[in-house]
Formats: sequence, C-alpha cells, structure tokens
Amino acid sequence: MGRVILHSDANSYYASVECLYTPSIREKPVAVCGDPEARHGIVLTKNQIAKKFGIQTGEAIWQAKQKCPSLVVVPPDYDLYVHFSEKMRAIYAQYTDRVEAFGLDENWIGLTQPGMDIREGTRIAHEIRSRVREELGITVSVGVSFNKVFAKLGSDMKKPDAVTVIGEDGYREKIWPLPVSELLYVGPQTTKKLMKANVNTIGQLANMDLTAAEGLLGKNGVMLKAFAMGLDESPVMKMTATEAVKSVGNSTTPPHDLESDEDVKRLCYLLSESIARRLRAQGFRAGVVSISVRDVNLTTNGCQRKLGDATSNTGEIARMAYALYMERYRARLPLRSMGISCGSLVPEDAPVQLSMLGDDAARERRDALERTLDSLRYRFGHQVIQRAVVLADRQYAAIDPTTQTIHPVAFLREDRGVNYARPS
Amino acid sequence: MQDRRNPLKEYLRVRVDCEPDGRMIPLAIYPDEGGPEVIDKVLDVREAPSLKMGGQGVRYTCRMRGQEIYLFCDRGQWFMEG
Repeated sequence: MGRVILHSDANSYYASVECLYTPSIREKPVAVCGDPEARHGIVLTKNQIAKKFGIQTGEAIWQAKQKCPSLVVVPPDYDLYVHFSEKMRAIYAQYTDRVEAFGLDENWIGLTQPGMDIREGTRIAHEIRSRVREELGITVSVGVSFNKVFAKLGSDMKKPDAVTVIGEDGYREKIWPLPVSELLYVGPQTTKKLMKANVNTIGQLANMDLTAAEGLLGKNGVMLKAFAMGLDESPVMKMTATEAVKSVGNSTTPPHDLESDEDVKRLCYLLSESIARRLRAQGFRAGVVSISVRDVNLTTNGCQRKLGDATSNTGEIARMAYALYMERYRARLPLRSMGISCGSLVPEDAPVQLSMLGDDAARERRDALERTLDSLRYRFGHQVIQRAVVLADRQYAAIDPTTQTIHPVAFLREDRGVNYARPS
Repeated sequence: MQDRRNPLKEYLRVRVDCEPDGRMIPLAIYPDEGGPEVIDKVLDVREAPSLKMGGQGVRYTCRMRGQEIYLFCDRGQWFMEG
C-alpha cells in the first residue's frame, strides 16, 4: 500500500491574516514585523505586494522601508495566528487524525489507508485548498506525495492557492533539478558545504557517493541523501504546534576532549549562550536545565534540575549546568562531548515571583546586558563580543554556536522508529 | 465597541439562544442607537471570512426587516456586514 501524505503551507501566513482583518491595507505592501518600536525589529512575513519590492523575511524594518517607503508595518498578533492555525487544523482533522504541525502555518496530513491513492489524495488536497479559502479567507499551497520531505517540497513549488503532486513515477524529473537548498534541513551552512563539493542540485545529492556524503556532513549526510532519494519513511505524527517546541538544547563535541573543570565551564557557557539566545528569540523562559555527558568510552549519562525561577539568561543556565557537572560527573573526566537542554518552557511574559531578598534589580540588569549582546551580534556577527571564559581557549573561541545545525525536536524525534544509519 | 483595525467595524450586543448541543442562534441585535432589531429567521450558518468588514468566524445569514444580512461571531464577539 503506497503512502499518501499532504503538506499544507499557508501563504504569507501572518500577513494574510492581517490583511483579512484589515480591509484598508489589503491592496498595499504589508509586512508583519517584530516590535516596530524597537530599532531592531525585523520582517516576520510580507504579503505578495511587498514581495514584489524585494522585501525579505528576516531583514530589518529600516532596510525594508528603503526598498519600499510606502510599506505598511504591522505588529504581530500571535493569539490571532494561533486561533487561525487551530481553525486550519480543524479542517484537516476532518480528513484524518494524523495531522502534524510544523510551525503555526504548516502541517503534514497523513492520508495513508487502504483504498487511498495519489489521485484521491490530490482530490482531497484541492478540496482542502478551496475550503481554507472559502471558510477562512486565506490561501494555502498543498504538496501531495509519498513521503513528508517531498510533500513539503511540493507545497513550496506553486504558490499561492495551488496543489503540486510529486508521485513515485515522476519525482526525478520534478525534484532532482531543484537547488539542493530547497530540501528540508539543508540550511545555509549545509548548502555551502555541499556547493564546495560541487553538489548543487537535489539530484546530485541523491547520486552522491554515500561515503562522501557521510564524510562531508556526518550522519546528517546519510539522512539528507536518503531524503533526496525519496527514502524518507518518517510517519505523520499527531502533533500540535505548541507541542512541537518542548525544549531547546544544544550539544557539541569540542575540538579536544574536556580534561579539566575549566574546559567544562567554558563549554557550559558556550552552549548556554546559544540556548539562551534561542529561548529569547522564541519568547520562552526555561524552568529546567538538563545536561548530558559522554565520556571517552562513549558512555552517555544525563541528569536535570529545576531552576528557582524560569530564565533565559546565559549565566543562570551555565551555572546550573556546571553545578550539575560538579556534583555528578566530575569523576568521569575526561569527557568527549557534552550537551545542555532547557525544558519546562513558559512564555517570557508569564508572571514572575519577585524575590524576598531583593535581587531582582540585579537580574534585570543581567537580562538587559544579554539583550544588548543579542543586538550587537545581530548587527555585527557572533564573534564581535565574547565571554572571557570562552576566550581563554582559542579553539573554543572560534566555535560559532549559531552555525551548528540544530534540528527542531519536532521532525527528528527518536520515537519515530526511523533509522537513517548506513546500511551495513 | 470599535475594532482596533477597522474603525467601521462595530461589535454589537446580541441576544442569543444557546442550544444544548452548543449551537448558538441569534434572536435580536441591539445597535448603539435605536431599539432592538429582531431577527426573523436564520437562513444559513457556516464558517466564512468577512471581506467587507475584515475578520472571520461563524457567519449567520439572517433575514431582518425583509432584508438579508450577514451576522458574524468571531471568538465570542458579534458584528454585522451588509
């Protein structure tokens, strides 16, 4: 029985919802931007008209306004986007219980069942597309395929309000000529590496020698090559958008083994820095810090502890991680690698219990300092300012934690039972 | 009550029957000025966008004083179109 999977992607999601709710801006170039009062607000989404001016997601408001002085800048209304996201999912849920969110505006819809084929899947895709337009007033692009990776690719191929089918027969002609950067999980860093190895299209990645792919990208290379070959077998999970982000973590195998407390401390700060930054960017504070260590015998252990107050501060996360190491794993030195993860996430604007000891002012100062660091790195790059503890080792200082590939938990959860390991 | 995005969109006081199965049936609207306006009949109920006023919700096609109007309920707030 062949699999039939849809991927539905709402076109210019935030901007479409804003235009639907505000008739006066519908015919104007519109960008939904993070806090326009702040100097560093960035474009989160733009509508089709703004797109024609060359405005890009992620650029600063002032850059966007240079390209299009008449740009209408709108602040985001996340409650409304979450509400609309639930309404879209309610439509999908009328066809199957296997609806897996990938952000607020994207969902995989697993239709596989006896009697289902790609033709029937295509008919349902068209029905979903027109229902979303008629019932919700926004448009979606739908990809229809036999695996999740190609279904997602399909939803990117024709926009807006369209359906693209990638069947088992014709995928080589449709998919393989596309640039490799279009493939799920091939980000800018991976694209650069692949292009250096003269792998520019998805087809070239599919036909790449397995050993070469692994040599270039490690385990991910094997996985991405499988994706390109249409061998993604991951099932569509029942998962909502809010479930998708449960923890934020990062781990690394440093340039040399961790041999002293100082080495561990340095790595704690380096990892915490990238975690805290991602927590702040996604608007979360974490209530629990967990660490995992792997010693030179490749044995992995981990433990976690609750924080007094939820935090998104590098120092607080790093100190907790270091304290856990000192208590539990000091005797295990040298260590080969280490990871930190933050869970029990709460929105950053959730109420905070003020301290009886009156150290909240100091905490606010530390938070303000971190926001300043974010702003400096946003403008001048990660290396522009470093912590002294990290600088003590030049090899560490050269690591840019933001360029490491960090997979969201949603797609690569271990309980999927899918193994992309090399065939033996 | 005025909408923050569209000054022409006015949220209304509405008298509603709540059925045991969760359905809501509007009976009358209370504009800011003038008396209540009775809804003679609800002709259709469906999810739909409001292109004129801006918004989306459950759309009730109602007959009121011989005319057809759209009444929307968006997350518990009611507004009229037409």
